[in-house]
Amino acid sequence: MPFGNTHNNFKLNYKNEEEFPDLTKHNNHMAKVLTKEIYAKLRDKQTPTGYTLDDVIQTGVDNPGHPFIMTVGCVAGDEESYEVFKDLFDPVICDRHGGYKATDKHKTDLNFENLKGGDDLDPNYVLSSRVRTGRSIKGYALPPHNSRGERRAVEKLSVEALNSLDGEFKGKYYPLKSMTDAEQEQLIADHFLFDKPVSPLLLAAGMARDWPDARGIWHNENKTFLVWVNEEDHLRVISMQKGGNMKEVFRRFCVGLNRIEEIFKKHNHGFMWNEHLGYVLTCPSNLGTGLRGGVHVKLPKLSEHPKFEEILTRLRLQKRGTGGVDTASVGGVFDISNADRLGSSEVEQVQCVVDGVKLMVEMEKKLEKGEAIDSLIPAQK
Amino acid sequence: MKTIYSRYVWRVFSSKRVDKIGFSTKPSRCADYFKAERVRTSFCCNWHYFLSHPRRVQLASTMPFGNSHNQLKMKYSAEAEYPDLSKHNNHMAKVLTQAMYERLRGKQTPSGFTLDDVIQTGVDNPGHPFIMTVGCVAGDEETYEVFKELLDPVIEDRHGGYKPTDKHKTDLNPGNLKGGDDLDPNYVLSSRVRTGRSVRGFSLPPHCSRGERRAIEKLSVEALGALSGDLKGKYYALKNMTEAEQQQLIDDHFLFDKPVSPLLLASGMARDWPDARGIWHNDNKTFLVWVNEEDHLRVISMQKGGNMKEVFTRFCTGLTKIEELFKNKGHAFMWNEHLGYVLTCPSNLGTGLRGGVHVKLPNMSKHSKFEEILKRLRLQKRGTGGVDTAAVGGVFDISNADRLGFSEVALVQMVVDGVKLLIEMEKRLEKGQSIDDLIPAQK
Repeated sequence: MPFGNTHNNFKLNYKNEEEFPDLTKHNNHMAKVLTKEIYAKLRDKQTPTGYTLDDVIQTGVDNPGHPFIMTVGCVAGDEESYEVFKDLFDPVICDRHGGYKATDKHKTDLNFENLKGGDDLDPNYVLSSRVRTGRSIKGYALPPHNSRGERRAVEKLSVEALNSLDGEFKGKYYPLKSMTDAEQEQLIADHFLFDKPVSPLLLAAGMARDWPDARGIWHNENKTFLVWVNEEDHLRVISMQKGGNMKEVFRRFCVGLNRIEEIFKKHNHGFMWNEHLGYVLTCPSNLGTGLRGGVHVKLPKLSEHPKFEEILTRLRLQKRGTGGVDTASVGGVFDISNADRLGSSEVEQVQCVVDGVKLMVEMEKKLEKGEAIDSLIPAQK
Repeated sequence: MKTIYSRYVWRVFSSKRVDKIGFSTKPSRCADYFKAERVRTSFCCNWHYFLSHPRRVQLASTMPFGNSHNQLKMKYSAEAEYPDLSKHNNHMAKVLTQAMYERLRGKQTPSGFTLDDVIQTGVDNPGHPFIMTVGCVAGDEETYEVFKELLDPVIEDRHGGYKPTDKHKTDLNPGNLKGGDDLDPNYVLSSRVRTGRSVRGFSLPPHCSRGERRAIEKLSVEALGALSGDLKGKYYALKNMTEAEQQQLIDDHFLFDKPVSPLLLASGMARDWPDARGIWHNDNKTFLVWVNEEDHLRVISMQKGGNMKEVFTRFCTGLTKIEELFKNKGHAFMWNEHLGYVLTCPSNLGTGLRGGVHVKLPNMSKHSKFEEILKRLRLQKRGTGGVDTAAVGGVFDISNADRLGFSEVALVQMVVDGVKLLIEMEKRLEKGQSIDDLIPAQK
């Protein structure tokens, strides 16, 4: 739904140069790609739900970025955004996802049995394991653009679907707007609660409108499977547990996701997916698998090694502090996860994590004994 | 609610980096953006009722955007779309019923502003138990007409019972102000009058496109560049300000920066910041104009000491000249005889004027009847950092409480007379004398 000037009927009275944003001080994917020519070509187009180019780029215009972190600077308002504005999105996707071409096909593999190993990461080093992804529900606009009616319909559908799960997935939904203080405290203590975004990147995209209406958290009784409803994506699905049994985490993840998808399909609302982009999500950085699988692992010595960054790059992994992106690590404990999202399957990405972390724990042990790790340094994956 | 920043710790937006692109880090300005009220002087020069801008009428019909965004919402029932206002405490929430929402949800102004655009800020910001925020904004001049069913009761509630049939009086003749040149400078530290103006033919800050905003900036810079005498000055665009210029403007207390208030952000006013935003001031630093902040123009006249008459005179003279210059370019200010000067926030309608002083009232402020006296004088107090700040050292910002339904001269007269009285009271209290005989009746 309209936010700001994007449905201003007078914009087309002004020339292209007059409306083209000033991106001279900007450093994000959108700004690198959007030329006056592309703007001229796309400025009068809209998707069937009414999403326009200015909607897509507003967050990138409002947030110039940072010299060290390359933000994406554009979002989708619906499934069709990626098609109607492909002249902008295709190069952004290519740049962000390691050269992924407009003609490439993305492989989906959610068969947890294809994962080799992953059940024996050393628990003295690996404190916890987690896999998360997002899903968008076909037939609705995405969080930057949806109306209250749409968002509530997504919530209703989601709650029905989730409440029909049983066995290890039996759980309960906690809507943000009617949560009791006790429930809130518990969810914070469990590290499950999400709240209204504070990031200007998200706020500028309109995702926080009408907060906390139709937002909520569902989790199973065991507290190992969790779903966020209507935050940055329609659904965010998380499987997590203490220790290093990534295989178990991934199994639960795949089984739960597949069950949820079946139920949505029965209601004639499958997930947004296509063979080029895989799972379609709000932010182009999450296309493909939308998967971030990782562990909290103790690597005090390895993290001080001069080749740490290089090793991570070769293993196709990335590091974060244990508070999440942009936080510092505490006590030598790092969040290590896959760097890729699009162009490789879920199994492949989790395999990278499992193999990579196993190797790094080996390296850590060697460094503890004062031994060299040169022989262990891998080739670029 | 305790915040979990695990995914959103944005140290990337460190203030050093932000400074480089023209953002000020002056903290006290932030307080300004939590203002529940803004005041503007009105300027009595446009006696014509609103005329449709010819370009607007011609081209709206050829726009490809139509109201398709709104039509998609229309697939859902009014009940499904009606916002949950059960925990809300702002003017919009008090007025907007589901039935009213149903009647207005299919409408839009010529520029495409819809009901959901009007109320988004009020939906996103439930309000505060002690401060009654407005919770709705205008996206263009026609908003007040197309959505009058919502805005009339909001205006009535906010502006002391002002009815849809009432007429607003504009008086910007400084000669009509009595006194005001003799407020005791031992008590009155500074005097200031400010207002806002909207330029007809353009959408307002919540809704304007980059092209429109830049056109407003261009027009404004040309108009202000034609001022002369003690009004001669210079424009500083936010986006290419040097660090030295920025520091100077901060020291002069002139710089405004990107709004941080969620009230303003939710209405879309900060889009494309800092594009086409800037500050103009005269060489004497006594007359200042903000371009494209919360309104198209904010006009401020200020100086040290208690000569409010001089401040008001410069204010009126400057505003009159600016309005002439805009008219000569074919762009009058938005004004009508019911609402006076039309501005983005309904709280600023009418005169849009906030005239006030920084005055030392340490004894007075501790008197049990202080609040009552202010009310009777139709004044309000703020800390010297602006609304929501605390007074420091017994120094208060005292200004008019009203905006609509009184003329500019009448409002500034209340400030002048009221402050004079408050100082008399302060002096009595210093001597340990009673002030009971001085307490005024309700104005």
